[in-house]
Amino acid sequence: MTIGRREFLIGAGKLLIVTAPAAAYLEAMAAGTEIEPAYKMADHYWGMIVDIEKCIGCGNCVRADKAENGVPMEPFYFRTWVERYHIEGGWSEHPEVDSPNGGYDGFPEKYAVGDAGKSFFVPKLCNQCAHSPCTQVCPVGATFETPDGAVLVDKTYCLGCRYCVQACPYGCRYIHPQTNTVDKCNLCYHRITKGLTTACCEACPTGARQLVDLKNPKDPVHEYLRTHKIQVLKPQMATGAKVYYNGLDGSVR
Amino acid sequence: MQKFLKDKEHLVRLAALFAAGFVLFLAAKTLLVPKGFGLYGHYRAGALADNRARPISFAGRAACGECHTDKRDEIQGGKHAGIGCEACHGPLAKHAEDPSSDPKPVKPDPRKLCLTCHLANVAKPVKFPQIDPKAHFEGNPCAGCHSPHAPDKEPKT
Repeated sequence: MTIGRREFLIGAGKLLIVTAPAAAYLEAMAAGTEIEPAYKMADHYWGMIVDIEKCIGCGNCVRADKAENGVPMEPFYFRTWVERYHIEGGWSEHPEVDSPNGGYDGFPEKYAVGDAGKSFFVPKLCNQCAHSPCTQVCPVGATFETPDGAVLVDKTYCLGCRYCVQACPYGCRYIHPQTNTVDKCNLCYHRITKGLTTACCEACPTGARQLVDLKNPKDPVHEYLRTHKIQVLKPQMATGAKVYYNGLDGSVR
Repeated sequence: MQKFLKDKEHLVRLAALFAAGFVLFLAAKTLLVPKGFGLYGHYRAGALADNRARPISFAGRAACGECHTDKRDEIQGGKHAGIGCEACHGPLAKHAEDPSSDPKPVKPDPRKLCLTCHLANVAKPVKFPQIDPKAHFEGNPCAGCHSPHAPDKEPKT
């Protein structure tokens, strides 16, 4: 089969008509939203250190998070919380855990001194996972891992389907009763991109929580990780959690 | 060639219909997919800016120290040096922005505030200083003996 010049030109013209809108579409897609130039996402990778040996269960972090991020009081939700573990005899597969109001009002004394048990506090928050199950299940791309290591929610895109709430192995998500969209700890993204630390770290009196930038070679996190025995929550889930716990007991779930 | 394209009308119609459908699909996608979607991944790049747009409530200890230099110096070197001002005084970003604005920072209730941390609890780390408020000078303000900003410096007698 041979194609004459005439047929070729007609065919090429038709192809041009079809591909021109496609090219325009691709160009429109490439033009992204400008991020504030002072903050370079490529220079940061955020995480957090939680030192259980320093946590006193005062609840300052829970109150600070509520104040900073408008987490509803009624009904009571929290994006970060503190759990109290009590283990009879020092080791148990089934520890006793309580967290009254997420630790918002502190912890009333419940256990007696010398009752042959072990008690400690475990602050929890979104682990800002690098391979997060919650972002993988979102059907519309409303939650995602940013290039600088935070897991965020796009409120304008969230359908409120609650799939991610179920997917998170750490129970970090809730549906905001006013917006009916999902909400979670966003590592105070509005603060850390301005050079501030998170609200919970700002309010923690003992330094049990510390925001860390894993891409900053001068961050004390590197020395800390080298000199301490570090564990993340549920490592068997392979979530790539970036909240590093020091002194984490094996009974903590 | 002539034989191959015999009765080509239905092929052309189909091709035109297909092309029109494709153009329609592209146009709809351009209209419906928001700007910046796919720039960093399968999400809207503008959502990062949305997350950043929230105003702050905690100014940070550096901002406090710009004006309250006396308190900044007082707290240094003591056991409470590592504590941010707003850990006890509450979120005060509005005050840091405009010191004349309301609400004015209030002095925290000393005995209640101190006990937020120093109330004895079995689950607290053993090394952390804790008191039983019933046995420890009941009813008296902590600040009568302990300076809240520098509890271990210049103990009051």
